Amino acid sequence: MREELARDERVFVIGEDVGRRGGVFLATDGFIDEFGEDRIIDTPLAESSIAGIALGAAMNGMRPICEIQFADFIWPTFNQLLGEAARARYGTEGKISVPLVARTPYGGGVRGGLYHSQSVEAFFSHSPGLKVVAPATPYDAKGLLKSAVRDDDPVIFLEHKRTYRLVRGEVPDEEYTVPLGEAEVKIKGEHISVITYGLMVHHCIEAARSLAGEGISAEVVDLRTLAPMDRGTVVSSVKKTGKALIVHEDTKTGGVGGEVSAVIAEEAFDYLDGPVVRLAGPDVPAMPFSPPLEAKFMLDTDKIAEAIRKLADY
Amino acid sequence: MKIELPQVGESVTEGIIGRWLVSPGDRVEKYDPLVEVITDKVNLEMPSPATGTMSKIIAEEGETVPMGAVIAEMEVEGEEPGVGPDLNASLQKTAEVAEPPVIDRMGVLIKNMAPVGPTGSGGPSAPIETEGGGDRGRRYSPAVRRLAEQHGVDLALITGTGIGGRVTRADVQASIDSGARPVRSEGPDEARVPLTPLRRMIAQNMVKSTTEIPQAWSSVEVDVTGIVTFREAVKDEFRAREGVNLTYLAFALHAVAAALKENPLLNSSWDGDAILIKHRTNIGVAVAAPVGLLVPVIHDADKLTITGLALAVDSLSEKARQGKLSLENVQGGTFTVNNTGVLGSVVSRALVNYPQAAILTTEAIVKRPVVIDDAIAIRSIMNVGLTFDHRIVDGAEASAFTGSVKRHMEAMDHNTRI
Repeated sequence: MREELARDERVFVIGEDVGRRGGVFLATDGFIDEFGEDRIIDTPLAESSIAGIALGAAMNGMRPICEIQFADFIWPTFNQLLGEAARARYGTEGKISVPLVARTPYGGGVRGGLYHSQSVEAFFSHSPGLKVVAPATPYDAKGLLKSAVRDDDPVIFLEHKRTYRLVRGEVPDEEYTVPLGEAEVKIKGEHISVITYGLMVHHCIEAARSLAGEGISAEVVDLRTLAPMDRGTVVSSVKKTGKALIVHEDTKTGGVGGEVSAVIAEEAFDYLDGPVVRLAGPDVPAMPFSPPLEAKFMLDTDKIAEAIRKLADY
Repeated sequence: MKIELPQVGESVTEGIIGRWLVSPGDRVEKYDPLVEVITDKVNLEMPSPATGTMSKIIAEEGETVPMGAVIAEMEVEGEEPGVGPDLNASLQKTAEVAEPPVIDRMGVLIKNMAPVGPTGSGGPSAPIETEGGGDRGRRYSPAVRRLAEQHGVDLALITGTGIGGRVTRADVQASIDSGARPVRSEGPDEARVPLTPLRRMIAQNMVKSTTEIPQAWSSVEVDVTGIVTFREAVKDEFRAREGVNLTYLAFALHAVAAALKENPLLNSSWDGDAILIKHRTNIGVAVAAPVGLLVPVIHDADKLTITGLALAVDSLSEKARQGKLSLENVQGGTFTVNNTGVLGSVVSRALVNYPQAAILTTEAIVKRPVVIDDAIAIRSIMNVGLTFDHRIVDGAEASAFTGSVKRHMEAMDHNTRI
């Protein structure tokens, strides 16, 4: 973010506590001193106006990065993001585009309870005109964020809260980007494709590694961008392995996994050697606070390994 | 009560549902035929184990079902649905009271019956390949079907290693990699004819015969002038009396049975570290039925007269042609005779009917000039060929046997008792 702010004057940050506080997760720590109050803007607790201001600025040539403090509070931005930002370019026959990025921490397993744990990707992935990104590694986070800032369309940039502290990875100092809309095979395998994104990528990688000893070779596909989805990588992986397990923390019904499943059914049907299986959060209204219940809700390496094992044996 | 496909013999691992003779809702009496079942080379009608109403048909026509699988359900009269007695137990009882146990089409399927080989040959310890059981319905995933189609693989022949015996993509790939299957699909100028169960069975047995048995072949000329003359003289009267033709095959079978008694090593089968010599002389006779090659068996052929053999051949061929052979009719063979002469052949090299020791062919009778005591005579000559398992017998024993057959046949004339 700092590099993009330095590179392009049109880039600015707006959100709750992003200035003096440096962001609730310290993502913009020190930015206000470096770039000044004009470009690092603290707002009142009003997500609708954060998104509205970003929308207006973007329409007028700026490249705002707005931060919604927790994805759980993103709902008031729906009208600005889905109703306007997603459609502006289409509605104006390409004359007005909305190059904004809406960063938001999402996901559970952090004892966040009902209001600080939710996954929101499915709602935004459904809307054409929005791009939805959910990186899993520090390297991808930086590369994808740069691409998101430079993209001429609105991008919902989802950062899993647990990955902030739990995941460490090398990030090169030099300039690089990771293109939007490209999945990555994180681990190559032969017997089963595990398609996932966000925090679950790490659990899937762990599960795949633990199963190698059992003779099960699982391929882990990190979607990275949920919309537009990289159908090609998903389909070619499933064509190779013949089996697909889709893993996400978000609740099952109507989730991103359903879409991945449909893509596989449409484009790789003749290659399937087993049912397409979704392993996802249970269909309950929200991530519970109670630790045992939260553990029950969250997927982990063991649950994923068991699902891989079952499908591999099919 | 659940109706299972009962075990009909140790080597029979599955059956193909031929035709359902009843529909759900039909009322059936105990022993009424329910369904035609094709196992190996026999078609059987499975009798109803009880009186009641058919409630559900589970195995579809054409489906391959492992023995013991549930193929239908019925509501037994006077019983709560679903609490009926075990079918096998009831069949066991049936088998004990039924007399005789197997009667033509109304074959009673009995568990724990004597083993039966694929072509009716018995062999208690013959290694029998079983196909992966437990896979109900044989449903194939798109990947499996696609791969099989691409490579012309017959999925029914593949043993599944997935859950419940499912054939996985890896199983098909392994089969392709093993190179055992023809790797080609139907071209523009050819037609791909799916195999009938019988065709598949014959193919498997032939492959087994040629791959497991080292076979050698020899042939002798037999002067059957005496038989020809004799037969010409009595055949019309015989026909009028017995109602069947007095065939050359009957003479040949009589000679073969006698020769087997003199050369018991030919009436045996290979058993890995021993040779199993059979005390009974049960001669299988190859019959070209409309569905394909069938080998019904004449049990204790050595105890039959030529007339008896003619009657037996006639009865069995007729059953074979009509698809009415019972399990009894095709099992227990110890030696096979193939009357290739009826096809016009004068020399043919048959394949041993696995796991037997040898197969004998009787070729067409041809009039030929032959030298007898330095004079040329016109004689009726029949070539007799023998293909034998060289593990069991050598050329000397094989020639002794064919020589014995030749001697018996050349000795037959108007003095022979038929």
